[in-house]
Amino acid sequence: MRRAVNIVPGSGTRVLLALLPFLLIACLYVVVSAERRAANPGDKLLPPITEMATSMDRLATEPDRRSGDLTLWSDTVASLQRLFIGLGAAAAIGLVLGLTLGLLPVASAGLSPLVAVVSMIPPMAILPVLFIVFGLGELSKVVLIVIGIAPFLVRDLAMTVAAIPSEQIVKAQTLGASTWQLMLRVALPQAMPRLIEALRLSLGPAFLFLISAEAIAAESGLGYRIFLVRRYLAMDVILPYVAWITLIAYLLDWLLARLARRAFPWAYVQEARR
Amino acid sequence: MSEIRVHNVWMEYGDQVVLESISLDIASGAFVSVVGPSGCGKSTFLRMILGQERPTRGIITLDGAALPDEPGPDRGVVFQRYSVFPHLNVLQNVLIAFEFAESSFTAKLFGAKRQAASEKAEALLEAVGLSEHIRKYPSALSGGQQQRLAIAQALAREPKVLLLDEPFGALDPGTRAQMHALIKPLWRDRGMTVIMVTHDLKEAFGLGTRLLAFDRPRIDPQAPERYGARIIYDLDLSRDGPVPVLGFSRPIEASPTSQETKRSMPHA
Repeated sequence: MRRAVNIVPGSGTRVLLALLPFLLIACLYVVVSAERRAANPGDKLLPPITEMATSMDRLATEPDRRSGDLTLWSDTVASLQRLFIGLGAAAAIGLVLGLTLGLLPVASAGLSPLVAVVSMIPPMAILPVLFIVFGLGELSKVVLIVIGIAPFLVRDLAMTVAAIPSEQIVKAQTLGASTWQLMLRVALPQAMPRLIEALRLSLGPAFLFLISAEAIAAESGLGYRIFLVRRYLAMDVILPYVAWITLIAYLLDWLLARLARRAFPWAYVQEARR
Repeated sequence: MSEIRVHNVWMEYGDQVVLESISLDIASGAFVSVVGPSGCGKSTFLRMILGQERPTRGIITLDGAALPDEPGPDRGVVFQRYSVFPHLNVLQNVLIAFEFAESSFTAKLFGAKRQAASEKAEALLEAVGLSEHIRKYPSALSGGQQQRLAIAQALAREPKVLLLDEPFGALDPGTRAQMHALIKPLWRDRGMTVIMVTHDLKEAFGLGTRLLAFDRPRIDPQAPERYGARIIYDLDLSRDGPVPVLGFSRPIEASPTSQETKRSMPHA
């Protein structure tokens, strides 16, 4: 018998092993849900999967009686719009400030302590301020996402750029590069793969801030819907919505991972060899 | 022309004296090998010529003008590691030197200009024997090939001075011999001044026309950082006769070593 550390699953076994926990959880849910139903036909806590499917079908295909929208899709579009604008703005800020702080000692001396302090402000604590300043519309939700993840992106990218070996920076100067050229052709391309990785890590927090802002003040959105139907204990809507959000976040993460490997193959050479 | 004059240069970090009272003239077109024990300041000396560090005292001039206190295209460099850009392929790594020079805002060339620069870059890569690998990324190259690329890159802006900081230190002996055979004709054809820091004495004697040995002649056991390194040997290797020891009364028997080295390295 080989040691456990030396047992490596093949590709087929790997897929099976990955699916197993999901199947187990699904089975567990079905069994427990059925048992609760048998004990109490009015149970709302763990609705059967058929009930959830009916509710979701209604939300996805029947126009809302008040607004005339297909609720699931209008919620998804509203939320994703906020998420993408927020992520995009945070990425732009992260890239510009990260490159500047990582490359220019003067900028780093002047701004790094400020960024370090700002990144410690709990974003949720200043949500009321955002609502007061930017109103209850889209802007305050986007700003919450930006405030929540931009400081992390700035610090992460500044560290990545600062970690570029000084030999490369000197070499570029001996080839005649100006500071701007150095930033554009040496630092920026090497920061890009890390930016995408950092964005992947930020997806979780970004959704957290999005749902929180929507829960407090919104007229549409995935988070808004969940907190709305909570009043009716509508687990048949909440659980599928949570699953839908998770699926979206997982797909975004996967897309970013693919994008990074497609666009910057040089950064993943070690991975391919492994 | 690329004559370097170093006049009474000191390098100190706080209380620690690294180099003291270094004065020398390096003739245009010389190949200077710099040897010495680890931590004796030979790399610091190289970084001062490079402009990466400023001497605490003293003056360094290149062709009579004070050396700019930052790296520039008149001084090329090859480091032991990290000399090439990992995000650019072999051709782009050399091309970028022309792009820095000719496109100040975008640092990118297009169309006919790019074509012309590409041809120059390919010629350089041909000269270092990398023309079969121009589409590869540095991570796909061997250590020797990466250093060949670093050399091609350093030559692109036709520097007056080429600085080599233990360029072949991480290579296996066979590859190292190939690199020696590569660097010597490149130096001879271009008339550059080369300063090479190395730990390999055979390499230092085999390639150089002049050898500088750095060491700390004075050591105070109570304050080991009080005295810095000086040039303790300055050997002219360009002559065929016995190597004269400049500035030192005691001659050393360096000539047999030198000739033996030359014989064992046919291209050197």
